[in-house]
Amino acid sequence: MKERIRQLVEAYGPSGHEAQIRALIEEQVAPHADKVRTDAMGNLIALKRGSGDGKPVMIAAHMDEIGLVVTYIDEKGFLRFSPTGGVSPVTLVGSRVRFANGTTGVIGWEKWFRPEGNTSRPELSELYIDVGATGRDDTPVGVGDAAGFVRPFEDLGQRLIAKSMDNRISCAVAIQALSEMGETPNDLYFCFTAQEEVGTRGAITASYGIEPALGLAVDVTLVGDTPKARPMAVSLGEGPAIKIMDSGMLAHPGVVRWMIEAAESLEIRYQREVLQGGSTDARSIQLSRAGVPAGCLSIPCRYVHTPSEMVDYGDVQNAVKLLVTLLTGEINL
Amino acid sequence: MTLETLSNARGVSGNEAAVRDLILDAVREQIDEHTVDALGNLICLKRARPEGAGGEKPLRVMVAAHMDEIGLIVTGINNDGSLSFDKVGGIDDRVLLSKQVLVGDKAVPGVIGYAPIHLIPASERNKAPDMSKAVIDIGAANKGAAEGLVNVGDYVTFHATYQQLDSERLRTARGKAFDDRAGCAVLVELLQGEHPVDLYAAFTAQEEVGLRGAQVAAYRINPDVAIALEGTICDDLPKEEDDDSSPVTQLGQGPAITFMDRSFIADRRLVDLLIHTAEENDIPYQFKQAVSGGTDAGAMHLAREGVPSIALAVPSRYIHAPVSLLSLNDFDHTVQLVRAALSALQGGLPS
Repeated sequence: MKERIRQLVEAYGPSGHEAQIRALIEEQVAPHADKVRTDAMGNLIALKRGSGDGKPVMIAAHMDEIGLVVTYIDEKGFLRFSPTGGVSPVTLVGSRVRFANGTTGVIGWEKWFRPEGNTSRPELSELYIDVGATGRDDTPVGVGDAAGFVRPFEDLGQRLIAKSMDNRISCAVAIQALSEMGETPNDLYFCFTAQEEVGTRGAITASYGIEPALGLAVDVTLVGDTPKARPMAVSLGEGPAIKIMDSGMLAHPGVVRWMIEAAESLEIRYQREVLQGGSTDARSIQLSRAGVPAGCLSIPCRYVHTPSEMVDYGDVQNAVKLLVTLLTGEINL
Repeated sequence: MTLETLSNARGVSGNEAAVRDLILDAVREQIDEHTVDALGNLICLKRARPEGAGGEKPLRVMVAAHMDEIGLIVTGINNDGSLSFDKVGGIDDRVLLSKQVLVGDKAVPGVIGYAPIHLIPASERNKAPDMSKAVIDIGAANKGAAEGLVNVGDYVTFHATYQQLDSERLRTARGKAFDDRAGCAVLVELLQGEHPVDLYAAFTAQEEVGLRGAQVAAYRINPDVAIALEGTICDDLPKEEDDDSSPVTQLGQGPAITFMDRSFIADRRLVDLLIHTAEENDIPYQFKQAVSGGTDAGAMHLAREGVPSIALAVPSRYIHAPVSLLSLNDFDHTVQLVRAALSALQGGLPS
């Protein structure tokens, strides 16, 4: 599974520019699905048909990552940009990014080596991408092109580090679960959604199209186990988290109970999650059409929305086990 | 129907009837069907022409321009005859100072008054005034007199009359509500011609308060492709000499293509189609070089199972203020570009 994770986290795919990551995921899910399609928003939807006695279930793992989009190219070929998703300028200075066409750039700060650079935080408007061009004419990318971070996947044994654990680790969990799954009574719609980082948009149209009886997002969540972190009762390595609520959604109590019972029957460790700040595709699914019971299986993750996000491999493996169990059984909320 | 008539018409979000009536009169003879929905959107269908163009099942293209403009609403009538108000849509307090306004359906003239310079302490003169307590003065002697003229809940528009300025090069014009009467006028122009797609022209309501009209209009139309026509930010005024940072758009440089704003990310195929179409037809274009604001595309692209969407705009200086300024060259080029793009779409979306 680590090789699968490496491929997914190193792939390019900022919000709205998911073609490359979508192609990679399609290749991995196609052998295990009965039908695969891409909708108008760019969501990839893989259906594994059930025996017919179960429910239509939507499993959503977003495949987009945070990134930057070029807004202006100056006369010397420096690119100004705007973020796609929650990007903090603190993580950007000196970072490397890559565009869809393979162009690599480094992010510079106007105030680097100036006195105020020692005392102030960078503002997004003071940053630029340098792709090694000497003027507008030899800039290999254009206004509107998007860049993602570049970092290699690092396997520390139990802990894994990568640029886009949010949310490729959940894509890996969903694909792995699909590939390990046997017979199921439920029609399972595995959705690898687009544009989550700019407002859980892909899940809006995907859930409208699927009209599921139950929705389950798989996404990363924050942790409270690092030095002087904001208190939060979720830690790395203590098991996958079952979301009770976040700032965009209250999970359906029946869904929460269903998930907890499955974790306890498997005798795996799990954590109850209350996330302050942030939300997931589950909030869009929940409000689709006349409403859908929804919840979220979360992978605890440190340093979310930096170029170096860390997860625990045990949590990841237990998330796969839990997901397989949840989806292959009969569902009665 | 001219931009002038539409710019002078009054229609704050939620009160678009006057604008809608003008538009319907102008396009009635050119369209096959129309409906006014529950939110006040005017939806016109002009089928693919000539007969058989676009194949057996022509592409359904929704082109939206919002009828509503930013403005104010009367929240109270005070004992001294002045009117308390709130803002409808995004307005910077500072642009309200000393502006002429028209109140209610009867267009009662008024002014958002402020103390004269004589009464303002020197220490206050370099600061933006606190407009939270500002009132509209309609010259009424007292509450009773004001009540005879206006009601709580009356909508208020800025008072500005359309005027053409530089007539030679940039063909500039000044007027209110170019956001988005410029888009409405472009769409009215498009309905005069024939297109090889089923054109759903949606003149939408309540865009300025959250893309509300377009949301239900797109649900009803269920289009294959959506285009929002806008009057967008233009900030090409003189800056510091060595400041080579981004102007959002520039007057006279052609229609502005949005690749992303706060409300949506444009479908890349449509961005490329507009660029290609513009270059093939020698129509100037530019990008909206900032990720700011939102348009009806934000609502349309999320309708039902999703709709590939794009926004195209006539650059307009000073939008969301009492008066804005645009170039009629940009306006004409926007009409040309959308017309050519509708032709290019007849075979469907390129992959």
